[in-house]
Amino acid sequence: MIKTQKKIPSSEITDFTAFKERRKFIKAMLATAASASIPSAWANNAKPNAWNLAKSDLSNTALTPTPIELVKNYTNYYEFTLNKEDSTKLAQNFITDPWSLEISGEVENPGSYHLEDILRQQTLEERIYRFRCVEGWSMVVPWVGFSLANLLKMAKPLSTAHFVKFTTIQQPETMPSQRNNVMLEWPYVEGLRIDEAMHPLTMLAVGMYGDILPKQNGAPLRLVVPWKYGFKSIKAIVKIELLKYSPLTTWNKAAPTEYGFYANVNPDVSHPRWSQNSERQLGSGFFTSRRQTELFNGYGEQVAELYRDMDLRHFF
Amino acid sequence: MDIQIKNRKLVTLVVCLIPLLWLFLDIAFGNLGSNPIQALHIRLGDWSLRFLCITLAVTPIQMMTRWRGMSDYRQMLGLYAFFYATLHLLAYLVVDNNLMWSIIGTDIIESPYIWFGVVAYLIVFALAITSPKWVMKSMGKSWKKLHRLIYVSSIAAIIHYFWQLKGNLAEPLLYSIIIFFLLLFRVLLWKTRHELKEMMIPKGYE
Repeated sequence: MIKTQKKIPSSEITDFTAFKERRKFIKAMLATAASASIPSAWANNAKPNAWNLAKSDLSNTALTPTPIELVKNYTNYYEFTLNKEDSTKLAQNFITDPWSLEISGEVENPGSYHLEDILRQQTLEERIYRFRCVEGWSMVVPWVGFSLANLLKMAKPLSTAHFVKFTTIQQPETMPSQRNNVMLEWPYVEGLRIDEAMHPLTMLAVGMYGDILPKQNGAPLRLVVPWKYGFKSIKAIVKIELLKYSPLTTWNKAAPTEYGFYANVNPDVSHPRWSQNSERQLGSGFFTSRRQTELFNGYGEQVAELYRDMDLRHFF
Repeated sequence: MDIQIKNRKLVTLVVCLIPLLWLFLDIAFGNLGSNPIQALHIRLGDWSLRFLCITLAVTPIQMMTRWRGMSDYRQMLGLYAFFYATLHLLAYLVVDNNLMWSIIGTDIIESPYIWFGVVAYLIVFALAITSPKWVMKSMGKSWKKLHRLIYVSSIAAIIHYFWQLKGNLAEPLLYSIIIFFLLLFRVLLWKTRHELKEMMIPKGYE
């Protein structure tokens, strides 16, 4: 069980001591080598498994991770900018300490938790997943984190919990698009059906490439759902709510005919304006063909069962 | 043709190649970011659209400034729009898809934004091959009619740009505003001429 600290406003949750504790804590978890100091560890290309990470059967170990520099400098993080190559710089003022996560709704144990308290309960694993963006590009990322199911089980979902809603932090002082109401409705919201959320492949990531997450990649805590388009994998999560009904998710609300709630990777279901049949793999050279996109991004064996008898064209 | 104009034409010819040189330098120095193939692609498409805008701007600028002589360059500018559009197309076929026709075929069939690119390109292609003076002469009146399709091409190019994007629409929006005004100029011109023509008709013959 997670120790709960109910009804503490997030502004009061963590002070400087807690921040130091987090660093100490993460350092301990990451073993020692790579993280003499966290910022410099970011700068280094820390080798995967510089941390003492549990091996996961869910990892696609056959895949070669995309060079970290590409992954760090190509992120859709609309809270900062609509330009994928500008978020790296713009996200640097983002405040990730202190961080607390609220779990509420249809659960037996709602509460607000320090991120450290959550991590203390979890075994961090490295999982190499393919990440496919709805825009038609993909990369292979060694994420560090744990199955969302492990966390949800601790909160004990009630039988009425049919959906899970995730919300990104509202931090307008560091997020220009939230401040200026740019493009989407803020804060960003995503959602999963409960069985999707409980699937072992669905993970909460706190790191990548053997180190903590860079801010532009969704630090300190993000969702990774490898068989869905990247926009489902919401960044900087502060709230997880279990709901009776399906939440209205950000992109789905903004353009319902273009971005569905399910957003499963599917080469046979085109976006209304472009094909999803192939993808450009980041890191591949000039004159290399695009990659043939796979149904469920190649995770069909594990997840196809979730969508049995469903018309994937209708529930896109 | 006098020697000064000839020299100026040569300078223009070379200047219009600078974007390409700049692109080669960026490739050589690895300045195209995390997705260099897409960056290359967008860069070439952008320049094609820019030359299309510049070509369309020749007539309005000339009429407003009464600066004769710009139309000498219109053909070359239009051909550069075609040149960059062709590179854009080749980048798609060869650099991005390595001539894998099955993937290319599916991509084109399933991507409406590409249809508009194809329309825009086919028009520019037709204009390019009919651009020599002798073709113009042999085509007579239909040459002008055909070359008015540049308006359609510019609109198709803008839709092609808009429709492939998910987020940042600022750039295509800028180009649409430019093209909107360039086409509006033609509409107003046509209207004025039409009204003038009507005024010329003697009373009782309307």
